[in-house]
Amino acid sequence: MGINRREFLKIVGISAVAGLGGATAVDLLRRAPVEASQASPNPKALTAKRWAMVIDTRKLTEADCQRMIEACHRVHNVPDIGTKQEVKWIWTEEYEHAFPDDMNEFVSDEVKHKPFLMLCNHCDQPACVRVCPTKATFKRADGIVMMDMHRCIGCRFCMAACPFGARSFNFGDPRPYVKEENRKYPTRMRGVVEKCTFCTERLEEGLMPACVEVSNGALIFGDLDDPNSEVRQALRSNYSIRRKPNLGTQPCVYYIV
Amino acid sequence: MLEKALYGSKGYYVWILLLLGLIGLGSIAYYTQLTQGLKITGMSRDVSWGFYIAQFTYLVGVAASAVMLVLPYYFHHYKAFSKMIILGEFMAISAVSMCMLFIVVDLGQPQRLLNVILHPTPNSILFWDMVVLNGYLFLNIVIGWTTLQAERKGVTPASWVKPLVYLSVIWAFSIHTVTAFLYAGIPGRHYWLTAIMAARFLASAFCSGPAILLLLALLLRRLTKYDPGKEAIQSLAKIITYAMCVNVFFFGLELFTSFYSNIPGHMHPFTYLFFGLEGHGALVPFMWAAVVMAIGCLVLLIPPALRNNENILVPALLMLVGASWIDKGLALLVAGFVPNMFERVTEYAPTIPELAIAMMVYATGALILTVLWKVAISVKKEIA
Repeated sequence: MGINRREFLKIVGISAVAGLGGATAVDLLRRAPVEASQASPNPKALTAKRWAMVIDTRKLTEADCQRMIEACHRVHNVPDIGTKQEVKWIWTEEYEHAFPDDMNEFVSDEVKHKPFLMLCNHCDQPACVRVCPTKATFKRADGIVMMDMHRCIGCRFCMAACPFGARSFNFGDPRPYVKEENRKYPTRMRGVVEKCTFCTERLEEGLMPACVEVSNGALIFGDLDDPNSEVRQALRSNYSIRRKPNLGTQPCVYYIV
Repeated sequence: MLEKALYGSKGYYVWILLLLGLIGLGSIAYYTQLTQGLKITGMSRDVSWGFYIAQFTYLVGVAASAVMLVLPYYFHHYKAFSKMIILGEFMAISAVSMCMLFIVVDLGQPQRLLNVILHPTPNSILFWDMVVLNGYLFLNIVIGWTTLQAERKGVTPASWVKPLVYLSVIWAFSIHTVTAFLYAGIPGRHYWLTAIMAARFLASAFCSGPAILLLLALLLRRLTKYDPGKEAIQSLAKIITYAMCVNVFFFGLELFTSFYSNIPGHMHPFTYLFFGLEGHGALVPFMWAAVVMAIGCLVLLIPPALRNNENILVPALLMLVGASWIDKGLALLVAGFVPNMFERVTEYAPTIPELAIAMMVYATGALILTVLWKVAISVKKEIA
């Protein structure tokens, strides 16, 4: 019994597909080995169920804000580009631009001209995570919305989706614009999106986020799920607002005004 | 059959060389972008998508050229489209190819493109857009090629092609719907956050896609004497007219909801587009040109006596393409980003390299279309 060319090619084709598919399936089913970083967590690391930040705007002046911005951008090697293709993790906005849905015709002079710190809200229901096609941005179990710069394809869907304008794209190589490189934190390459990470690398070492550290108590950082945490106490005893809460993303950055 | 594309008239070779030249020129710009990044474009932190994604969006609509022929031909056995249908299917291949190229040139890290498949993420609409676009490309290649081959051999296409044809009609609706969902599911971008977005995409696609197809078919008739038939032309013009009416109507619905509700966030993008905002109004002349062209083309298309006169049909279709391109290939994208999330205005204009790269993609699409149509016409002439 012979087979003709057409049948032979069919068998070869099906075998090839089955072979490739089978190999992938085996790979997927096999348990990944434990990674080194998982083996020994730092005992000093700060942990929480849901990290959140409370910004007491009453205590903040423009100079304070600049100090925090400077601390953050220095420690994270955020480039100082200065064009409309800039990269920023934390910055200030005026009230009417920070809370554009809050359209009170008349606000107190103090609030109107006060600087409001803007940063990633680490939302409970982050739109950026929902739209990312590669899981390069993802939500950690402790609530922090994180970036994997090595997986990001630079499609910028997350930038379109974030209602808070928290994300920046490296349009070009950021390294020439990093004034003084912090060797302990990676610089980024062009073509990826980045943003505030609530200083995961510092939390792992038992340190508070860089901006909180230099805030003289104006920024409070803690566990929103712990009723006795400092953030919960601050929210209990003060009136606070959040940016665009009507969009349902549940921002985890609160502003005491 | 592909060998048919290798032999042609002198004009055919000149055209191919011209396209290759344009692709070459654009490649220089793309090489610059690959080595320096997207900083050579006019995009910014505030307007983070630009000309590329806008063209991608428009061309998804152009890919609809096929379905407006396939649906009447296969579902309603409307035989007048028999000579035109292959042109539509092959144009869909060209349009979807351009869509994908525009996505690739927009990526910051194109070499990581396969991450979309290596780390499949069903909650991302972009993942589904990749699935439906590749599917539609595949369907049109298989259907177009096998039916043409069967025709050449004088046999009926294989029985398995029919189910694929039916699938392709439904699939065509999916590419517009899913592409609209890229925009319509985003919180906080008022211009995009509208339930009618997918319907608008369909209406816009079903007028602009067939309009471009019809214009090119008329050009083809002049160049190669390949006549798709008077009835086919007039029927397609009728379909285009209905779709454009619906398209304009849907846009009017958006205007009503935004301005009668009087919600500032919903009005701002329209105000920016038509009147400018805070002293910025780069798109104002384009928008009014689109209004004039949209009304103008409807005036010329709705009366059958005018529409059936090809000397009037051609300028009418050109105006339709112009209006729909400004609406979907320019304004839709920019007005989603302006004003930005802080109610500030950062304007966007494409740079020369950005336009050169877009030209490269369009030239590639034109090359694909030329080769495929050349094959189709040669086969049709061979069997005639």
